[in-house]
Amino acid sequence: MTAYILRRLAFLGLTMLLTSLLIFVITQLLPGDVCRVILGREVGENALEACRLDLGLDQPAPVRYFTWLGDFLTGNWGNSYSTDAEIRPLVMERLGNSLMLAGFTMLVGVPIAIGLGVIAALNEGKAIDNGISLGALAVVGLPEFVTGILLIEILAFRLGLPANSSIRETATFAEAFPSLILPALTATFVLLAYVARLTRAGVIEELKQAYVRTAELKGLPRRTVIWRHVLRNAMLPTITVVAISFGWLISGLVVIENVFNYPGLGRLMVFAISRRDLPLLQAISLITVLGFALANLVADLLYAALNPRIRIGS
Amino acid sequence: MASPLLQLQQLAVSYKVGRRTLDALRDVDLSIDAGQTYGLVGESGSGKSTLALAAMRYLPANGFIRSGSIMFGDKDLAKLSPEEMRARWGRQIGFVPQNPATALNPSVRVGDQIREALRLYSRDESDVMEILKQMRIADPARVARQYPHQLSGGMQQRMLISMALSGNPHLLVLDEPTTALDVTTEAAILDLLRGAQQMLNTAMLYVTHNLGVVATLTDRVAVLYAGELAEDAPTKELFRQPLHPYTRGLLDSVPRLGQRKDVNRLRGIVGQIPALGETIDACVFAPRCPLAIEICWQKRPTLDAPTPDRTVRCHRWPEIMAGDISPSRAVEKSSQVTKQAANQVLQVDGLQVAYKMPGGTLQAVRGVDVQATSGRTLGVVGESGSGKSSLARAVIGLVEPSEGKIDLLGIQLPKRLTRRNRVVLSHLQMVFQNPEEALNPHLTVGESLSRPLITLRGVKPADAKAQVGELLAAVRLPADYADRLPSQLSGGEKQRVAIARAFASQPELLLADEPVSALDVSVQAAILNLLADLQIEHQTSMLFIAHDIAVVGYLADEIAVMYLGQIMQTSPAETIFDAPYHPYTEALLSSVPPPDPFVKQERIRLEGELPSAVNPPNGCPFHTRCPRFLGDICVEQKPPWRETEDGKRIFCHIPLEDLLRDQTDVLQFEGAKKS
Repeated sequence: MTAYILRRLAFLGLTMLLTSLLIFVITQLLPGDVCRVILGREVGENALEACRLDLGLDQPAPVRYFTWLGDFLTGNWGNSYSTDAEIRPLVMERLGNSLMLAGFTMLVGVPIAIGLGVIAALNEGKAIDNGISLGALAVVGLPEFVTGILLIEILAFRLGLPANSSIRETATFAEAFPSLILPALTATFVLLAYVARLTRAGVIEELKQAYVRTAELKGLPRRTVIWRHVLRNAMLPTITVVAISFGWLISGLVVIENVFNYPGLGRLMVFAISRRDLPLLQAISLITVLGFALANLVADLLYAALNPRIRIGS
Repeated sequence: MASPLLQLQQLAVSYKVGRRTLDALRDVDLSIDAGQTYGLVGESGSGKSTLALAAMRYLPANGFIRSGSIMFGDKDLAKLSPEEMRARWGRQIGFVPQNPATALNPSVRVGDQIREALRLYSRDESDVMEILKQMRIADPARVARQYPHQLSGGMQQRMLISMALSGNPHLLVLDEPTTALDVTTEAAILDLLRGAQQMLNTAMLYVTHNLGVVATLTDRVAVLYAGELAEDAPTKELFRQPLHPYTRGLLDSVPRLGQRKDVNRLRGIVGQIPALGETIDACVFAPRCPLAIEICWQKRPTLDAPTPDRTVRCHRWPEIMAGDISPSRAVEKSSQVTKQAANQVLQVDGLQVAYKMPGGTLQAVRGVDVQATSGRTLGVVGESGSGKSSLARAVIGLVEPSEGKIDLLGIQLPKRLTRRNRVVLSHLQMVFQNPEEALNPHLTVGESLSRPLITLRGVKPADAKAQVGELLAAVRLPADYADRLPSQLSGGEKQRVAIARAFASQPELLLADEPVSALDVSVQAAILNLLADLQIEHQTSMLFIAHDIAVVGYLADEIAVMYLGQIMQTSPAETIFDAPYHPYTEALLSSVPPPDPFVKQERIRLEGELPSAVNPPNGCPFHTRCPRFLGDICVEQKPPWRETEDGKRIFCHIPLEDLLRDQTDVLQFEGAKKS
C-alpha cells in the first residue's frame, strides 16, 4: 500500500510538471502583445521595450518557463497585469470561497443523491424507481442558469434567501452560509442525476451477487443485508466518482458563480481571460489542475483503501 | 417412525418469463427425515436447483409456487410470510452455495462474516475459533482475519459451511458445493460434511450432478428429470437396480475408474432434455427412452411405489424390476481398430512455460517431456494449477515457452504462432473447454466449417459445401445444421461442431483441453465416444487434457499425471489404477468419489494448500503435502524416474518395492475386479 501511495504521488508530480509546461506554452502562444495590453495603444516603442524588459519577455522561452515555475513554487506568483494586485492572496481567497461552495454542495448533494439512488435500486422497476430516474434526468437536462433562476424565483423571492451571493472578504462562515445555499443547491442538481444513477446501477448489480444470497439465507434482517453487505460494495464506484467530481466543483461552476454573483475561482478565471491577464490565468489554471489531480488521487486511494482486493493482494 | 423433517407434497413451481409461465417443477413429492442425507441428482435443466431453492422458499423474483406444500415440521413454508421465513433461515435451514468464490462478501473479513452469523443466533462470538478448528483449519486466528480473496476455494467453502452450521440448523441445503473445487479438496470437504452430519445430526439435501458424490455420501437419492421426480430410492438400491430408464442412462454415462473406450463403451443417453415450459402430456422421458412403447407417448405415468421405500414414475417399471427388459441402451458399435504402425507425431522436450506477474515469475510448466503417437491418445490429468492447460497452449502456440523444444513429425516447431506456416497450422488443431465461446456467434455452422477447409486445406469455395456435409455427418449431425447459427444449437451440438471444425484440416495432432467438462454427463459420454471413433478413423494423435481421472482413463492410451508444472507419473491407461503409484496419483485416485456405493476406497487426504507456482518447492514438488514423505532427501534432491515392469514411470524417491509393499490398490471392487 505504501509503495502504491508513493507511486501515485510521483505520478501526481509528473502530471503537474507536464500541465505546467502545457499551460506555459499555451499562454505564450496566445496572440497579442502583453505590454501593449498593459500600456495601451498610444504608447511609444521605447516604453514598450522597457515594459518587456521589466517583465523579462526578452529572455528565451525555456528560461522564462523555469523562472516562472521556480517563482511559482517558492510562492512568488507575481502581480496581476490588469489590477497590479498581488496574485497569490487573490487566488487563495477565491479558492477558499470555491472550496467552501464545493464542500457544502457535497455535504448536501451527495447524501441526497446516494439515498435516492439506493431507494430507486431497492424498488427497481416500480413507480418510485421510475419517478426518481426520470426526475433526476429532467433536472440534469436543465442548464444551470435555468435551475439557478428557478431557485431564485422560488426560494429567494418567496423565502427571502439571498439571491446575490457576493461575500465580503472579512465574512465568517456563519455570515457567508446563507449565500451558499442557493448556488450549492443549483450545483447539487447537476451532481444529483449522475451520482444517483450510478448508485442505482451499483446497488442493482451488487444485489445480484451470490454473497447477498448468502447473507439473506443466514437469516439477517433485510436492513442489515443492505447496509452491511450490499452498500459496502456498491458504494465503491460511487465514491470514486464523487471524489473526482469534487475537482470539477472547485473550478467548473463558472455559470453558477455568475448567476449568483458568487466570488469563486471560476469567475476569477473568466475575468483573467477577458483582461488577457496571463500571470493570473496561469496561476488559476495550475491551481485548478492541482485540484483535479488531488481529487483523482484521493479517489484512487479511497477506492484502494475500501477495497481489500486492491489493498491486500492475494 | 417420527414424522419427516421436510416434506414436499405435489410441489409445482413456475417462472414468469415475459408473458409466459414456464413450469420448472411438476408434482414433486419428497420427504427427508431428521438426520438423513438426501441426494438430488439430475442434469442441467432438470429443476434440481429450483427444488433446492423452493425448499427454502428462496425463489428468484419471477419464480412462484403454483401449488403444493412444503411442510417443514408442522408448518407449511409455502404459506409463511417473508419475515417468518427469515426467522427460519440460518437457524433451522442452512444453505451452502455452489461457487464459494462469489458467495462470500469480498469486503468483509471471513471471521467477521462468521461472527455476524453467531451474533444473529445469539451465540458467543468467540466460538469462531472453535468452529474453524472443527473445520480442520490449522491456523484459525490467522484465517479469520483474512478476506475471501486471500483464501483458496476449499478454504472459502469451509467458511461457508461453518457459517451454515453455526445456527445448528435441522436441515442443510447444499447446491453443488464441491463442483467448483478440485477432487482432492472435494474429498476433504465431503469428509467434513460427513463428520459434521454425524456430530450435529443435521439432515442434508445435497444437490449435485455428480453420481460419485451421491454414491459415497447419501442415504437416499431422488432423480429429477425435466421438473419431474423420475425415481426416488435408498442410495444402494438405486445403484443396484435403477428402475427408471433415465437413472440407468445416467449411470451408463459416467465412466467408472478403469472403464475403457475399447473394452466397455459408455452408453450415454440420446437426445436432449426438453426446454423449460414445453408442456408434455406423455412421459417426459419418452423421446430419449430406449424402452419407450406406445403408452409412453400417450399417457403420463403415475408415481408408483414398487417397494415401500422407493418410488418411480415409469410405465414399464414392473418389467424392469422383474428383469424382463433392460433399460440400458445397446452399446454403439465402436469403429474397428485397424492396427497401423504408430508414428511418433509429437515430441516435447524440457518444456518450460513462465508468466510474468507483479509478484515474480509464475512457473506454470517446469520441464515437461511428453510424446504422442498417431492413432493414440495421451491423456494429461491434473488439478488446477498443475500446468496442464499451459502445456497444451504452448504446443498449439498460444503461449511462447521460455525453454524447451516441440517437434511435430520430427520437425521442430517455431515457438511463436505467427512464425508457423499453414501446413503446421493445419496439422495442429484444438478443441476448447467451453463450446459456448469457441464458435463465432455471427457465422453459420457451414461458414465456420468452410473456413478451415478453404484456408488450411485449399478446398475451392464451390466444393466446400459438400465437404461441410461430410464433416457434419462425421460428427453425427444432420446436414441442414450447416445453415444454423450457434445460438440455435445445444451445448453438446456446439461441441460437435467445434470437433468437426478441428478435424476439417485433417490434423495430425488434436489438442483437446477439457472438451467435456462443461457438458452434462449424458452428452459427455457421446462426445467422448465421438472423439474415440474419429481418432481411429483418421489415425489422429490426440493430447487430451482433463481434471477427471476417470474420463482420462476412459479415453487415453497413455496417461501423464501432472502436479505443480511437472509430470509425476506416466503410465499405460490400463495400469493407472493398479499399485504401485506415485503418492500423488494415489491421493488423486483415493479422492475421486466412485459412482458406485459398493466400491471400497482407501482414504488418503492431502494436507495443506497447493504451493505457489511463483515459488515452487525444491526437490520433489510434492514433498510439502506428500503422505509418504521420506525426509530430507525429498526436500533437497530431485527424485529419480523409476520404471515398473508394466510400463509405468514414477518420479519418486521411494523405491518401487517399498511403494508396492505399502500401497494396495486404492479401489477394491466387490466381486470381480474392474468388471
